[in-house]
Amino acid sequence: MPRLVSHPDEVKVVSKRFGQGAANIDRYIELGGYESAKKCLAQGHEWIIEEMKASSLRGRGGAGFPTGLKWSFVPKQSAKPKYVLVNGDESEPGTCKDHLIFLHDPHSVIEGTIISGLAIGAKTGFIYLRGEYRYLLEIMEKAVADAYAKGYLGKNIFGSDTEFQIITQSGAGAYEVGEESALMESLEGKRGVPRIKPPFPAVVGLYGGPTVINNAETIATVPHVIEMGGAAFAAIGSPRNGGTRLFGLSGQVERPGVYELPMGYNLKKMIYEVGGGVRGGRNLKAVVPGGSSTPVLLPDEIENLGMDFDQVGKAGSMLGSGGVVVIDDQTCIVEFALRTISFYQHESCGWCIPCREGTDWLKKSLTRFHAGFGVAKDIDNIQYLAENMMGRTFCPLGDAAAMPTLGFVKKFRKEFEDHLNGKPCPFAKHLEVAVI
Amino acid sequence: MSPETMSIFSPKVAARFDALVEKYPVRRSALVPMLLYAQDEIGYLSDAVIAEVADRIGITELDVRNVATYYSMLRFKPAGKFNVQVCTNISCMLRGAYDLYERFQEELHIGHKGVTPDGVFSLEEVECIGACCWAPAIQVNYDFHDELTPDHVPGILDIYRSKSLGSTDHA
Repeated sequence: MPRLVSHPDEVKVVSKRFGQGAANIDRYIELGGYESAKKCLAQGHEWIIEEMKASSLRGRGGAGFPTGLKWSFVPKQSAKPKYVLVNGDESEPGTCKDHLIFLHDPHSVIEGTIISGLAIGAKTGFIYLRGEYRYLLEIMEKAVADAYAKGYLGKNIFGSDTEFQIITQSGAGAYEVGEESALMESLEGKRGVPRIKPPFPAVVGLYGGPTVINNAETIATVPHVIEMGGAAFAAIGSPRNGGTRLFGLSGQVERPGVYELPMGYNLKKMIYEVGGGVRGGRNLKAVVPGGSSTPVLLPDEIENLGMDFDQVGKAGSMLGSGGVVVIDDQTCIVEFALRTISFYQHESCGWCIPCREGTDWLKKSLTRFHAGFGVAKDIDNIQYLAENMMGRTFCPLGDAAAMPTLGFVKKFRKEFEDHLNGKPCPFAKHLEVAVI
Repeated sequence: MSPETMSIFSPKVAARFDALVEKYPVRRSALVPMLLYAQDEIGYLSDAVIAEVADRIGITELDVRNVATYYSMLRFKPAGKFNVQVCTNISCMLRGAYDLYERFQEELHIGHKGVTPDGVFSLEEVECIGACCWAPAIQVNYDFHDELTPDHVPGILDIYRSKSLGSTDHA
């Protein structure tokens, strides 16, 4: 079972019911659950969207788009049915926050989905979980069935004349399906390849209807925003970055775990105080701040870095999924880069050539380089390849592979050079990484 | 599927599939989960599975294969009864996933995508399974085991070995 952690600096909003037995619907209600949905039903869609806008809640999947604004893009009138789609395809390496939400607080996802549906005028919501999360899907399915039994879902939710249905769905192993348009393709029973945009999902989405797609953490946050009020939620975080976030501390840190901290929390403090510092008293070499697709940061870059979308963006990286991966001084960056790119090579859906070929060549170059057969111009070639993938693909997977690669090459060029001329890797035990 | 056609699935799974195709606004949305549940029962996507799924959804077998080949959890030949999936992605790698993976290889005498001769175990190196903060982590079929060291390996294998002796159907 995933271990729960806690730290005095945490502000528990989304995680406040973790470990409280809230997967049981009666317990969830006892802890104040479903009151936000009832309130939204009484207040109406415009009020909901205003509260969401006031909350400065930004998408927790990685892009950080303001949730209230996203909802406001859905046309009021539509000939085709509108849908809410919850993205629980959590697959970005370094990210396991939704795992805990589904495990400990599945009803918050249901309640958030209902509220999102009320806001945009949808009658159906889908909750999509990655195929590996079977035990969590079973928890979600039970929670949905319990909500139907209480009359919180169905033709007349909470005794009103409003209808809302929830359908749960399982994936079958594909990182790419976490991309919103690929997720819709998968849900329509197709290969999970991205769609060209525009049209955006808010206009033409699932089954051609206007669709709002939100990350599971975003959706689970929604009932709390309504409960405390948008302005109060916004006040917890930093400017334009409302509320708290479930940060996943992993890698070579003393106390790994999912910690809920206010947006804007200092990254150095997060590693050294909340996480207890680098494992085994070693020195910090680098940090991946928001899942494996985000460019690596050096120790001197995190000194005064607040963890919100704007500050991390300004520092040349991204807040992404909030998965903070700590790397100690005994780690080979070339090996780490190779393992990172091997993942994207494996997961590239093959739809666009710059991503399909680019990730493949990056993996080949890095494999050869790490094995000690690199030549000096390989370093520039790797950089050139990555630069030419950027912005040239349908979906962000190409960028997700290129961005961290550029970070590793630019910030650790010396370590790459140390692998030249047949010199053995000073750190690694494994010459061949990732046979997948 | 018409009642006169024989299903290759157990009555329970067949009934589940009858309901699954009615669950969505569009029948085809049942395809991906149906393939996964079919694999859970049969062990892999055999030609007979592909044919019946195509029939149930109302699309061609080629359409089914086209989709099935996309998803990494779906397979076209049998795995072991217990498929050990070791995550070696970054968070797990940094906490010793490769040592763990090596130990599984040693204990089982098989490599990536190998199956033990008795068919009880198979082994796979997999991408991130969403247990990064409890690394290194593995999945055996759908069960998670986290915060592991190589010394945990024999004990984990013993659990599943005894399960294998206790029952004959697919886990």
